[in-house]
Parts: sequence; C-alpha cells; structure tokens
Amino acid sequence: MSNIIHDENPKLMKGNEALAEASLRAGLQAYFGYPITPQSEILEYLEEKAPQHPDTVVLQAESEVASINMVYGAAGAGARVMTTSSSPGISLMQEGISYIAAAELPCVIANVQRGGPGLGTIQPAQGDYFQAVKGGGHGDYHMIVLAPSSVQEMADFVFDGFRLAEEYRMPSMILADGALGQMMEKIYLPKAGSLPKQDEPWATVGKPAARERNYITSLHIEPDKMEMINLHLQDKYRKLKKEVRCELTNVENADIILVAFGLTARICNKVMELARAKGLNVGVLRPITLYPFPTEIIAQYADPMRMFLTVEMNAGQMVEDVRLAVNGRCPVYFKGRMGGMVPTPEEILLEVEAMAEKQRITNQSAGYL
Amino acid sequence: MNSTVNEQMEVVYHKPQTLTDTPMHYCPGCGHGVVHRVLMEVIDEMGIAERTVGVAPVGCSVFAYHYMNVDMQEAAHGRASAVATGVRRVLPDKFVFSYQGDGDLAAIGTGETIHTINRGENILMVFVNNGIYGMTGGQMAPTSLCGMVTSTSPYGRDAAQVGHPLKITEMIAQLPGAYFVARHSVHTPSAVRKLKKAFKASFEAQKEKKGTCFIEVVSNCPSGWKMTPNESNAWMEQHMFPHFPPGDIKVPASMK
Repeated sequence: MSNIIHDENPKLMKGNEALAEASLRAGLQAYFGYPITPQSEILEYLEEKAPQHPDTVVLQAESEVASINMVYGAAGAGARVMTTSSSPGISLMQEGISYIAAAELPCVIANVQRGGPGLGTIQPAQGDYFQAVKGGGHGDYHMIVLAPSSVQEMADFVFDGFRLAEEYRMPSMILADGALGQMMEKIYLPKAGSLPKQDEPWATVGKPAARERNYITSLHIEPDKMEMINLHLQDKYRKLKKEVRCELTNVENADIILVAFGLTARICNKVMELARAKGLNVGVLRPITLYPFPTEIIAQYADPMRMFLTVEMNAGQMVEDVRLAVNGRCPVYFKGRMGGMVPTPEEILLEVEAMAEKQRITNQSAGYL
Repeated sequence: MNSTVNEQMEVVYHKPQTLTDTPMHYCPGCGHGVVHRVLMEVIDEMGIAERTVGVAPVGCSVFAYHYMNVDMQEAAHGRASAVATGVRRVLPDKFVFSYQGDGDLAAIGTGETIHTINRGENILMVFVNNGIYGMTGGQMAPTSLCGMVTSTSPYGRDAAQVGHPLKITEMIAQLPGAYFVARHSVHTPSAVRKLKKAFKASFEAQKEKKGTCFIEVVSNCPSGWKMTPNESNAWMEQHMFPHFPPGDIKVPASMK
C-alpha cells in the first residue's frame, strides 16, 4: 500500500506539472523525453527546473525510440529514471518497453493519453488500455499500470510507480489522459527525500575486481533458458497481485455498479450522485491498478441481482476484463465515447436509467416485486 | 616440457584480464575476435576496466558480454548509442563504449548514430563494417558495395534501386560533436597496431570529456561473403578499401 508523506500546505498545479515536480521530489536521477501534446509541460517543467537539480539528468532526445532506450541504459546503470509521452509516442516505445521488462529494469513511464488511432487528436482518451495492461510490445510481459484520476494522484503515483518498479524490478506505467495532464487542482505534493533508494547490485556501473561482471540483457538463445526466464517473470506477476488497488464507493448494496478508471471514474461519481437523487441505488468501483487488475474484487460483487456498467473513453477495452471477472454471473453493459470525446454525466445517466428499467421489469416478471 | 625452461621463458603474449575464457562464436577468420581483443587489451593496459561499461546491440556482436569481462548492456537493434547515452549521462565519470555493426549503426540506428554524435556524447563508438548482415545469414547491408551479391541482392547491389553504400563515417565526421574519427582494419599486424593506438587515443579523449570518438573497422565476413578467410582479406583490400579507405578522417589538433 501507498504510504506517501505530503507537504502540509497545498498548491494549485496542472497535472503534468504535478507529475514532473513529484518526480524531482522522488529523487529522479534521469529523465529522457520528446515533445508531444498533451504532455510537453513535463519536459518543459523539468528543463526549467534543471539548474536547481544539478544531479538530475534532463535530456530532450531525438525521438521516443531514443528516449526509451536511454531509459534502458540509465536504468541498467542503476539510476532512478523516467520518460513520459502521449499515445503515438508510447507506441514508438513498445519495443524498448519489452526489452526493459525482459531485462527486469525498473523505471516509470507516463502515458498522458490522447484520442486515436493514428495521429488522432490531442483531446483526452483511454484508448491505450489494452496496450498498457496486456503488454503492447512483443512477448509475454506486463507493466505495473497505475491509473490516476486527479492531479493529486498524478503526483502520488510517481512515488508509487518508482517504489513498485524498484521492488519488483519492472517498468511502471502511469496511464493518465490529456484532461488530467492539463487540468489544475489543489494538491499536497509528496515530500522531497521521502522515497529511499537502494543500491542495485545488478547494475552496470563498472566491474570491481572482486565481483563478476554484470550484464543487462534480454537475450537467452537456448529455448529452455528462455522458458525459465518467462516462468520467472510470470511468477513475479503472480506475486504482484497483492499490490492491487481499487476504490469502492457505495457498492455494498448497489443494484448497479459503475466500473471506470481515471477521468471517467470522476464522471461516474457525478453520475452516481445524480442517480441516487433519483432513487437509484448506484455505486462506483474504480480500479486504481489496471495491472494487476482487481479481478477478485469485481468477482465478489458479481451476483445475479446486480448489473455492471463499464464506462470508458474508448470502444470497450477494460470491459473485457470486467466481463472475465464477472464470468457471466450478471449482465455487464458498456458505455464509451471515442476519439477525444469526454462523456457527460447526463448521457451516462440515461444508460443507467435504461438499465434500471430493464432490472425493474426483469425482477417484476420473476415475481420479486 | 621441462619446467625450468618454462620459468626462464618470457611472456610476450597473454590474454588480457578483460577477456573471459568463453570460446567466441565468431566464424573462423572473422575480424570480430581481433577487434574484441584489441579493445579489451587497451582497456586492460589503461587500467580502466573497473570504470568501463560497454554496450553491444543486436548483430554478430550481440553476445559480446559473454567475452568482454567488463560490465555490459545488450541493446535493441540500432539503439546502442541511445543506450550508451543513458549510461554515460548517469555515470559521467566512467568510460563507455558501444560496439556496433553496419546494419545496426548505419541503417536501423542512423538517427541515434547522428544525434548521439551531434550531442558529442563522451563515448567511444566502435563501428565494425563488413558490408553485410552476418548474424541473419548474409543479407545486403547499407554498406554493401555496388554489385555485391548477397542473399537479398542475388543479382548484385543495384544502386539505382537501393542506393549506394553509405559512407556514414565521412558523414558523421562533419558534426561538431565528433572529436576523433578514423577508419582502420585488423587484417595485418600493422593494421592491428594502428587500431590499438586509435582506441587508446579515444579513451584518453573520453577522460578529458572531449566528445564522441568514432572508430570504424573495415572487416571481413568469410561466411557471408562465401570465401576463405585469406580470400576475404584479399577481397576486402581490393574492393572494400577503395570505397572505405583506411586512415584518419577527423583528428583534433591536440592529437596530431
């Protein structure tokens, strides 16, 4: 669980800037990035603050491909390192992320998502869920995926991201979106120096005569060795399950549970308020870790008397994981907007009301009423 | 053999501490083994092994970390100089080298090559150019000569279709970040001595944080070229050297 120490006084900050400032306070040793809307403020902020942080490397790379490989090199040398980008740029990083996961290097990667596919739009979206949680690059690997839904979490998840990445020796992704990156909110920044960093005995820093050489690699040409590496990674992903995080609001006795992450979870909280005012018993289940996914928690609430509505800013991605968790025990509906369109609480409420009506008729015909 | 005789013998040639005992996978007669040895000899003799990190990407030298007894990172295809940048930036007082082939450095990694050197990263880039993709079985490389027959240019490289062999070393020598640029080979003892001198000068420059040192080694590929080692060396002199002439390309005044 997260145990972050915060400043006593709040600040008003933009999500991108909060993430950047939190990274410096987390003891960031190196940042490599490339400009792309809607997250360029992160690179701009770090470049501006660089003179006050002479021990932190901040470098604008020639591409996202170069950025992620610089991250690989610096992480392999034992540094606390981060890169950030937005959807198309994250696509370019996928090969490097696969290498980082395979070589078991810790780092934080933030994706401030925009609408796609292709060049798409610079407006917020959640279309990179599959890419983030299923392993967008080649081979069987995962990242820790944290989904912030406030500027506060944009900052806090940098700390959680580094802590988990270093503990499990794997990349962490902060899966945000353009709205979270651009909006301003009151936040309490995490305190500088409150995230200890351990020495990495495996890092390539120059081989003292007394120890064997260290090497960072993802190449194991013999298939039996490569399978062992895969088994080791899968074992690690199983252990990671204990880090699952989920926010439950009014779900215990809810007839309809809204499942949403990030920005859409905030919208769903408003939907819940509106629905409850109309006498509908609605709750919200917000996965905070998208990987590991709160499968068991969702399964716990999946009974025939309930209905689920998954709300996403995509064509229906997380809903597949919700359906796997529910496993046919109750209906799972989906409401999505795409291409940078943010759903309004009112349009989601219409879905909820239609579901409630269906539920009422079903219950009536079953003789429950 | 008599042990007293052994004791009287003077050791004139030995394996440097910086090479492991692992037998190399390189084909008989391939230049890679010699380039490895020369590079490691220099690191050993300069006493910098404990402060050196190497990066070898996909290509024939992808297993370099099995042979080079220093801390090493294996990089994705084309990205060695970006990985080396990451290492160098967080370890500013260490020595960093990349060891790349022609496909890696001059095709898929051209962007990283140019920008790493343009930033003047304080690293040594070793560029082994044998005009072919050796590891994948002899396909056409960015540096394959015109008319050269490879598995993907079975009728010979046609410049009208796929362009001319890329002189990337001459190109990057134009960049202000390139401090010392030279082209050598390892097919004769005197060539090996020249290469060794260039590696040493490069690490000396790195100590002074002068910028990127870039050493191309024109080499052979007996398997890919389908020749005996001797034939391949003769072919290299006759055909590769006219297009890729050995010698200094950019030498700072302080080194002259």
